[in-house]
Amino acid sequence: MLSREALDKVDRALTKYPPDQKQSAVLAALVIAQEEKGHLSTEVMDFVAHYLGMPPVAVYEVATFYTMFDCTPAGANKLCVCTNLPCALRGSVAALEHLKQRLGVELNETTPDGKFTLREGECFGACGDAPVMLHNNKRMLSFMTPDRIDQLLAELSK
Amino acid sequence: MTTAHPPLPADAYGPDALIMKGVDGLNWRLKDYEARGGYRALRKVIAEKMTPDALIAEVKKSALRGRGGAGFPTGLKWSFMPREFPGQKYIVCNSDEGEPGTFKDRDILRYNPHSVIEGMVLAGYATGTTVGYNYIHGEIWDVYQRFEEAIEEARAAGYLGSNILGSGVAFELHAHHGWGAYICGEETALLESLEGKKGLPRFKPPFPASYGLYGKPTTINNTETFAAVPWIVANGAERYLELGRPNNGGTKIFSVSGHVERPGNYEVRLGTPFAKLLAMAGGVRAGRTLKAVIPGGSSMPVLPGEAMMRTDMDYDSIAKAGSMLGSGAVIVMDDSTCMVKALERLSYFYFEESCGQCTPCREGTGWLYRMVHRIETGHGRPEDLDVLVNVADNILGRTICALGDAAALPVKSFIAHFREEFAYHIEHKRCLVSIPGGYATVPGVPLGEAA
Repeated sequence: MLSREALDKVDRALTKYPPDQKQSAVLAALVIAQEEKGHLSTEVMDFVAHYLGMPPVAVYEVATFYTMFDCTPAGANKLCVCTNLPCALRGSVAALEHLKQRLGVELNETTPDGKFTLREGECFGACGDAPVMLHNNKRMLSFMTPDRIDQLLAELSK
Repeated sequence: MTTAHPPLPADAYGPDALIMKGVDGLNWRLKDYEARGGYRALRKVIAEKMTPDALIAEVKKSALRGRGGAGFPTGLKWSFMPREFPGQKYIVCNSDEGEPGTFKDRDILRYNPHSVIEGMVLAGYATGTTVGYNYIHGEIWDVYQRFEEAIEEARAAGYLGSNILGSGVAFELHAHHGWGAYICGEETALLESLEGKKGLPRFKPPFPASYGLYGKPTTINNTETFAAVPWIVANGAERYLELGRPNNGGTKIFSVSGHVERPGNYEVRLGTPFAKLLAMAGGVRAGRTLKAVIPGGSSMPVLPGEAMMRTDMDYDSIAKAGSMLGSGAVIVMDDSTCMVKALERLSYFYFEESCGQCTPCREGTGWLYRMVHRIETGHGRPEDLDVLVNVADNILGRTICALGDAAALPVKSFIAHFREEFAYHIEHKRCLVSIPGGYATVPGVPLGEAA
């Protein structure tokens, strides 16, 4: 279900916790699985549950509680815009509108070519760099004015 | 859009910085930290065979208070850890920084990670604890990776492991990441998350010092709290205390965001006037005047600008002014900001992030958001303001964790200080703020009809 490389990463995460507390690695394991599979299907979650010795429902609970997990397919590029107050005071609403217009989608929609999914996020803890966005969960994008958004879209559309 | 950047200007965090002194954004590695005097505190404690009690007494004397929001005395918290407990105990660092307006821990972790590692080792020494975890906000993935690198450096140099600097002292440290849940910044929700579960806060008592991670005694402190400890131990509690005010020892990193010329982190002595901090951030953005400030992160009561300009930045002064220092997140709003719209956004946040465990919070945050939303969109009713305060009062103090209070306090304070703006929205179905380019509905356009 997961590649050897992915399982090695999960195994490395497991070394951080006591041997009888494998469940502590579930966030790490699901992140690794999501990265390899694109999204967390029931089969993937069941596999992680089996691998960590957890009841499948305990894994579903975690996957649906933490907002950066995708239990349904998302576009190749997931863009998540923070619109919380500190970002909103510095233009994040305009940034989001610009993205909607450029991509031709509303929030939580994916472009027909499957390239982009647009999401709204809550505070990423980088308000000094407002407006901020996350690209595919792991890349923080700072000071996202409309012209920088255009640059980003050009880069990601290559 | 890359993470590469030139060095920060000298004294980027202000002339009085302790934690961030000499930090230029690039010199985060072990050798740089050692060159700045890093790990001197740990070496001193080991060389002098300082007793755990003496170390705790030193931290108590410094009047270091928790930098995550509650402001609880750190030395006192450490003293709650049972000394003779027969099993494993844990030190946990709360780097799940998601309180809107707060972005200091991100800078500490990416630019000075070893200060946190050294502080955690010292906390382990003081409490007789040999394992620690640093729970890092999932949204700052590159910072998490850097912290893992810093741990590797410290381990290779003998500052972590089963025999630290050959002394026989043991402390092992691991980085753990979240994945998008504000509630996990609450310490018991964080422990649940670290155990691989949903982040649902636990009832207290029992407190983590008796029943924490995996049910074992645990001390949880904020990133900045740990980062302050090495300086205190190396330079003495007296000096640290003298830098601040009685009961408010040392320096504090304030994250200044919103309508200022230079948003960013500024480390100043506790007791510094707000006006001075605002000036360090370049003042209110050009051409505008100060309207309101949330001085301690979005969960704390908002204060009018005039009140803030008379206030000093320490726990006791801000409490006297009617708010709380919280995490030190200073959200500045100028006169182009509609307070109804600002509250609408904050109320949405708490509605979105409520874990759903307690009825007053799960249902109440939805009520609060929907009512502020209808006022903002021109459908408010005259009785709404009283109902809002009533709903907020019925959440306050009636939930397992502080998220309920965090949702209620902004509502109560926004209405208390800016009631006329809310009343104007309800009566005229228009926004009182008529300055273009601000955070407000388009001037002159009836509410609910603007794009």
